[in-house]
Amino acid sequence: MSFLDRSYSIAKPGFNRWMVPPAALCVHLCIGQAYAFSVFNLPMTKLLGITQSTPADWTIPEIGWIFSIAIFVLGFSAAIFGRWVEEGGPRRAMFTAALCWAIGFLISAFGVYIHNIWVVYFGYGLVGGIGLGIGYISPVSTLIKWFPDRPGMATGMAIMGFGGAAFIASPLSVWLMGLFSTPTHVGVAETFIVLGAAYFVFMMVGAFLVRLPAPDWKPEGYVAPTHASKLITTSDVYVYDALKTPQFWCIWIVLCINVTAGIGVLGQASAMAQEMFPGKITAIAAAGLVGLMSLFNMAGRFFWASTSDYIGRKNTYFIFMVLGFLMYCTVPYTGSIGSVAGFVLAFLVIISMYGGGFATVPAYLRDMFGTRYVGAIHGLLLTAWAMAGIFGPVLVNYIREYNINHGVPKAQAYNVTMYIMAGLFIIGFIANALIKAVDARYHMKADGSADRAQMGVGAAARPAGA
Amino acid sequence: MADSNPQTGTTGLQLALAWLFVGIPLTWGVVQTLINAMKLFQ
Repeated sequence: MSFLDRSYSIAKPGFNRWMVPPAALCVHLCIGQAYAFSVFNLPMTKLLGITQSTPADWTIPEIGWIFSIAIFVLGFSAAIFGRWVEEGGPRRAMFTAALCWAIGFLISAFGVYIHNIWVVYFGYGLVGGIGLGIGYISPVSTLIKWFPDRPGMATGMAIMGFGGAAFIASPLSVWLMGLFSTPTHVGVAETFIVLGAAYFVFMMVGAFLVRLPAPDWKPEGYVAPTHASKLITTSDVYVYDALKTPQFWCIWIVLCINVTAGIGVLGQASAMAQEMFPGKITAIAAAGLVGLMSLFNMAGRFFWASTSDYIGRKNTYFIFMVLGFLMYCTVPYTGSIGSVAGFVLAFLVIISMYGGGFATVPAYLRDMFGTRYVGAIHGLLLTAWAMAGIFGPVLVNYIREYNINHGVPKAQAYNVTMYIMAGLFIIGFIANALIKAVDARYHMKADGSADRAQMGVGAAARPAGA
Repeated sequence: MADSNPQTGTTGLQLALAWLFVGIPLTWGVVQTLINAMKLFQ
């Protein structure tokens, strides 16, 4: 398996760097299937009853935990395996992610077959979740190294794939279930097996395509800055030293708030639209809104991350925080005046910034902590996503329920949540404003270590204070 | 393994194939989603 080694994936002269984004997309277009897992919710409640649920069938809350566990494990596996991904290289990481992702599906198929939800939790949630975490961060630092002139655009392209994967997975899964279902059988297990195999092949293509630039490579005509600018460092920070800096935690807060705000409405957009505009937005129209939001989620990843290359990362997040605040304050008003157009526009802007926040953050980390350990540091930062996955839905669902139980009309039940979200953006604004260049004492020191120099990781450097 | 995985210059065809490999399914998915999203305006 030596072809998986970092040294075997160094590009030869003449390799076109535009081959790397498709390699990254091969991985992200597969693991992003997680966003489409809800298409299995209803069929999985009828595995025994077939046409309708029986008391022995799984319930929606039980099935909902599958996705929650996977996203939670994503955040923590990215944090735990980040350094291993960085040092082992993208090909080994992509191969491991493909293996975990495919095996996760196969275990889940077995869980569905024997009707044991714990096997599915273990398969899709834990094993698949590890594949999600490793796969998500695997191409990030490679892309940044290939595109030092446009790191935001490069990582935005890959992370856009994660947002867009549901577009493929959702209709494909529905079609496969239709193909495998019979009057006495729901075709979920077979669909899992086919998806696992297909995703493995697709991700392996990415693993074979991916290349690392040679240590001395740079784009034609690109002159690397020799002096650090105000917010873009030319030094590197060791992965665990980054945790000691206030900058890491400020970015963590900013990301957590941006994701909390987006994830909360993403999951509830359909119900929220129908309840805020009864009679005006039907269930079919609400489904259309969810589709449109998914498109803006994907497009926002590329648009905002690319824009950040020109206006700077800090300014991009300032826009997210200010616009986010204004949009959340606007949503209750649009409900009160019955403006569907205003409501839709506000949600589309919010969701584009939700995607944009994910896609811009790797470049923000690169600006702060350098290129060398950016993938591993990005992995650690994704714990903010895991936390936001809990905060967002809790804020929207529980406050709504509390309001309705206390006599608030359904159309106004989300107002408090919207204002709380807007308030969170003020905290995010402050955290972003506090971000300054990382203190030089955290920068890695040169020591000329030959073996690490050959690996191209931690090359000629050791952690500060080591 | 290095010999069985030669890394030479990238041709235009290789580049086009790589982008088509990811572009076709993504475009198909986006079109499907757009068709569904149009229901909002009906």
